Amino acid sequence: MTELTARRAFWRGYLDCAPFILIVIPYSMLFGVVARDAGLDLFQTMSMTILVIAGAAQFTALALLQDNAPVFIALLTALAVNLRMAMYSAALVPHIGHARFSVRALMAYLMVDQAFAVCVKTYEERPDMQPAAKVAYYFGCMMLICPFWYGFTFVGAYVGQAIPASLSLDFALPICFIALTGPLLRSVPHYVAALVSGVAILCFAWVPWNLGIMVAATLAMISGAQTELYLRRRAAKGAA
Amino acid sequence: MISDLDFWVLTILLGIGTFLIRFSFLGIFGGKKMPEWALLHLRYVGVAVFPAIFTPLVVWPPATEGQIDPIRLTAALAALLVGLRVNVIFSIIAGMGTFYALRFFF
Repeated sequence: MTELTARRAFWRGYLDCAPFILIVIPYSMLFGVVARDAGLDLFQTMSMTILVIAGAAQFTALALLQDNAPVFIALLTALAVNLRMAMYSAALVPHIGHARFSVRALMAYLMVDQAFAVCVKTYEERPDMQPAAKVAYYFGCMMLICPFWYGFTFVGAYVGQAIPASLSLDFALPICFIALTGPLLRSVPHYVAALVSGVAILCFAWVPWNLGIMVAATLAMISGAQTELYLRRRAAKGAA
Repeated sequence: MISDLDFWVLTILLGIGTFLIRFSFLGIFGGKKMPEWALLHLRYVGVAVFPAIFTPLVVWPPATEGQIDPIRLTAALAALLVGLRVNVIFSIIAGMGTFYALRFFF
C-alpha cells in the first residue's frame, strides 16, 4: 500500500465518510422540523445543533422537555445517551492521542458515531498509517459530516414540515447503525461481541435513563476480549 | 411549550456535558500509553455499542408502538448481510430499499 501523506489522508477520510450523507441529510432535517414543532425558534434550533452536535441526545432532550419533564431529568437522560462516546474517546487514544491538547479538544467536539466507526476500521486495516495521517484522516471524516449536519438542520427548521411521516425516516437510524456494524465484523471475537450486545440490550431494556446501552456495551466488550484471549491461548497450545 | 429558560439551561449544560464526555479519555490520556488490558477491550467498542443501539429499534420499533414488524426485521437483515459482504453505502441502500419495496407490496 502506498504511504498516505496527511493531505491525502484528509481527502481519503472525506470520501470514506461520504456515504453517510445519505443518512445525515434526512436525520438533521428531521431534527430541524421536530425542533420547530416543539416551539423552538430558528436561533434556538441552530444553537442546540451547534453546541451539542449529537443527534440522538438532541431528540431525547427535546422530547423530554416537551413532555414537561424536569430540566435535570432531560439533561441526565440525554447525557446518558451520549455516554457511549466516552468509550469512543478511549478507543481513539492509541491512534490520535498524540495530538496537541487544543487539537484533541477540537477532535472531541467533532466526535460522531459514523466518523468514529469509519476511522477505527481504517486505523486497524492500515497499521502502517503515520500519526499525522491518522489525525488528518479523522478531520477529513468529520469535515464532511459536520457542515451537512448544521446545514440540513437549518433547512429542516426553515422549511418546516417538509418530510411526510409516511416515509418512515425513523427507520433510517437503525439502518445506519447496522451499516456501521457490518464492516466492523472482521473476526470471531467481533461477532461474539456484537451478538452479546444485541441480546444484552433486549435483556436490559428495563434499565432506566438509557443506561442499558452502557451495560450491554460493557458486557459485549468483555465477551469480545475474552473470546480473543481464548482463541490466542488455543492457538498457542496448537503451536506448542 | 418549552420555556426559554428551560431550553437555554438544558442546551448549555448538555453542550458542556457532551463535550466533556467526548473529551474525557482523549483529554486525560492523550499522549500516554494505555495499559494492554484496556487496549484489548477497546478494540471492541464499535461492535459492542452499535448493536445495543439498533437492536431495540429493529425489534421494538417506536413507530409501531413496539409491535414486532416482519418488514423491518427483513430489511434490517438485508442491511446486515450486505454490510458484511459489500460496504456501507450498499448496506444502507439494501436496508432502506428492502424496507420501502416490502412496504409497497404488502
